[in-house]
Amino acid sequence: MEADLIVTCLNKEFGSFRAVEEVSFSVAKGEFFSILGPSGCGKTTLLRMIAGFEEPSSGDLLIGGRSMRGITPDKRPVNLVFQHLALFPMMNVAENIAFGLKRRRVAAAEIRRRTDEVLERVELPGFGDKRIHQLSGGQKQRVAIARCLVLDPSVLLLDEPLGALDLKLRQQMKVELKKLQAKVGTTFIYITHDQSEALVMSDRVAVMNRGRFEQIGSPQQLYNDPTTPFVAGFVGDSNLWTGVVVEKDGEAVKVLTDEGFVFHCRQRGGSGRSRVTLFLRPEAMIIEPIDRAGLNIFQVTVKSILFDGANSRLLTATAAGHELLVALPQNRAFDHIAPATEITLGWHPKTGIAFELLDQP
Amino acid sequence: MIRSLPRSRAYDRSFTLFMVLYFLFLFAPLLVTCVLAFNNSDFPSLPWHGFTLDWFFSEGPKRVGIFADGENLRAIRTSFQTAVCVSILCVIVGVCAAFLFEQENFWGKELLYFLMLAPLVIPGVILGISLLLGANSIGVFFEDEFGLDLEIFRPSFWLVVFGQFSFITTFVTLVISARLRKFDRSLEEAALNLGAGPFEVIVHVTLPYLRSSIIAAGAVSFLMSFENFNTTLFLVGARPTLPINLYLQVRDGSTPVINAISLLLIVGTFLLALVNFFYNHNKNQMV
Amino acid sequence: MKRSGMFWIFITPVLLWLVLLIFLPHLDLLLLSFRGDASWTLDNYRNFFTEPIYWLTFVRTALYSIITTLLTLILALPVALYVTKIAKPGLRGFLMVLLMLPFWVSELVRIYGWMILLRESGVLNYFLQSLGLTNQPVEMLYNDATMIMGLVYTSMLFMVIPLVSVMDSLDNSLIEAACDLGASKICIWRTIIIPHCKPGIVSGSIVVFMLVLGNYLTPNLMGGKNSLWFTEQIYNQFIASFNWNQGAAFGFLLLVLSSAIIWLGLKLTGQRLGELSS
Repeated sequence: MEADLIVTCLNKEFGSFRAVEEVSFSVAKGEFFSILGPSGCGKTTLLRMIAGFEEPSSGDLLIGGRSMRGITPDKRPVNLVFQHLALFPMMNVAENIAFGLKRRRVAAAEIRRRTDEVLERVELPGFGDKRIHQLSGGQKQRVAIARCLVLDPSVLLLDEPLGALDLKLRQQMKVELKKLQAKVGTTFIYITHDQSEALVMSDRVAVMNRGRFEQIGSPQQLYNDPTTPFVAGFVGDSNLWTGVVVEKDGEAVKVLTDEGFVFHCRQRGGSGRSRVTLFLRPEAMIIEPIDRAGLNIFQVTVKSILFDGANSRLLTATAAGHELLVALPQNRAFDHIAPATEITLGWHPKTGIAFELLDQP
Repeated sequence: MIRSLPRSRAYDRSFTLFMVLYFLFLFAPLLVTCVLAFNNSDFPSLPWHGFTLDWFFSEGPKRVGIFADGENLRAIRTSFQTAVCVSILCVIVGVCAAFLFEQENFWGKELLYFLMLAPLVIPGVILGISLLLGANSIGVFFEDEFGLDLEIFRPSFWLVVFGQFSFITTFVTLVISARLRKFDRSLEEAALNLGAGPFEVIVHVTLPYLRSSIIAAGAVSFLMSFENFNTTLFLVGARPTLPINLYLQVRDGSTPVINAISLLLIVGTFLLALVNFFYNHNKNQMV
Repeated sequence: MKRSGMFWIFITPVLLWLVLLIFLPHLDLLLLSFRGDASWTLDNYRNFFTEPIYWLTFVRTALYSIITTLLTLILALPVALYVTKIAKPGLRGFLMVLLMLPFWVSELVRIYGWMILLRESGVLNYFLQSLGLTNQPVEMLYNDATMIMGLVYTSMLFMVIPLVSVMDSLDNSLIEAACDLGASKICIWRTIIIPHCKPGIVSGSIVVFMLVLGNYLTPNLMGGKNSLWFTEQIYNQFIASFNWNQGAAFGFLLLVLSSAIIWLGLKLTGQRLGELSS
């Protein structure tokens, strides 16, 4: 596959603080690539380096095979959709979209044609004369994207553009943005701290922490096969046990938890009888399993029911008082469960992943 | 272009140079004035003849320093008295006006508010002549009707006070109104609910809240009054204020005494401005 | 909420102030401007139009005030940009204090500073001569250019402060976005910064214009024999000629001019008078 953006060993230091450390990745043409990380992890700095607003301390950055070092933002074939969109309030929608074309000295008739066309593409036909403050949050979003798309950038950068929207609209825009990207076929690089945005929209996601990339992979890979404890903990919810590896056969290990359970699970890396943290997703646990062969089985007491429609969960506790979240499918099979009932849980060894416990300073 | 965009070194350097020149432009006249106050020469000009404090302390007969210069000292005292009277009057009426325009509703409020803002756009000279004419008309009226010759209606100390008061109060009102607008009315309602009367509420709840803006407004009105020239020029009587007195001296040729007075004024206002700034600065950090 | 008791306490001093010290004196000004020796007359205004020295001074004052306002604006824009967008954020408070300090000092002291800098025996001439750049001292004071510089200097702050506050509210990302979309520096000024700063530009310009128009000290002390300012005409009528009715007419004309320009400025930009002060 042809790569649109190649980043090699990029570093950025602010004084003694390393905001971005040895980051390398490449993004293919037409891909939807997300960079996911908590706030302050360096993702905005990385994006600003790609856009040209920050100069890297070292490393290289190629777009369409051309190095971008020393090239100013206005000369780069990338455009940025800002966090708060940065639509020009002193201009109307059409003037906002025409802004970049005018700077390229495109003829007036051509500007009008392309403006109308891009408004059509983002499903806002006839909105050209509207003022910015007359638009809804979702419409502003699309105008900001249209303003960049009209310039035909090789890469479109998006800096948490959904952050300012309310929850309902955000859910809706996620789907729309993905559809839009599929339609226009432009390479998108999207940064966010919201894992659900990254997982829903992206072809591939990079998880970033403290200036470094922890893992790059498809959303499914990140969720099911995290390679570092940070990714396992950051992407999705997990229940945790600490324990010791008592038996090891390749990836398959047997873990004795501190409260005395013996679980079969997988381990990433690590060696011998090391202390580990075991990550298990709430939905990996089966309530009252019928076929118990090959499953890890244990007993818990229900403390309360956290009803949330399709996201409902049970808050349970083991005999030792360790609290666990268990997904509660709303298929009417578990209507009998009430607080204080004792239930049996089972989970498949494939679904639990143990990571060697690093010495915490 | 701006901090968060990459800039060329040349752009940065030339912009910094521009700012340095700008600040030089701002401070050069003040600096020169201050330095020449210490020049051992009979004229406020170079060359440098050595350091002297004559223009502050000498008692004559050839050189008269500011601390022995009766006329200028009198002018300073007059300016002080004027400024104290003006700032007290301005703060009292300004607080009333702020409460009136922020918290009360009454017929004709818009018109009165417009009239309150008018001094912002009336040139000081016009204000001066209007008050001179107005006072004179009333004075003539009193003299014709009652045979009274009242000093207050002729150019005099009190006419200057009222002249300055008439436009400085607008600034005071605006400063205090801005603060009062941010006041949470439910605090007053809570106090009323707890049994305080309307007057007690203002004394114990609202005025303490306004304290910092009242102090700031008082300081500003003191400075504005102390330095006022345009309005005062037409109203001044037998006791000139310092700016008027300085003006007459500057117009008719100058000695370094003027530099010495200017130095004192510069140092004084800088101190007052800095105290005001840091007082507000600390306050903002605390909140 | 209406505080019946407090209302009268508030309104009484305010009414006394506004009626006695603002409204009535200006009404008196208007009436007296139509008075002759014994009767009502239009002579005072007729004199203004028939005597070229009067109306020429008036036009000159207005034109120079406009020029001064424009120059002040051009100088203040980059200063405000530097303080809000270029200087390190930690430096900002310090720069603001530095910008404001000279303006707390009496205008007379500042003008006096310029006088001893620029006059024939002044400091600048001393340096020029010791550097050998001139043999003869040059009189830099008492001409129109110096006077305009002095007026710019005295009213600078009233342009800088509104511009700083309005530029502060300009989101940096708008400038970044414009740059990202390919705009040059000049283009960013023209399409983003100036349109955003318009309210600040208008209020700053109005205040500066008004202050320059009504200034007396600077033209009087820095201007030459030929740079008569209209306020000086008023002063002459009042103090030298003792012709108060004529002076009242001049005063009223100046008031009309300044009100008209302010009204025009506000009208063109749809602002209100109250916003000027904030």
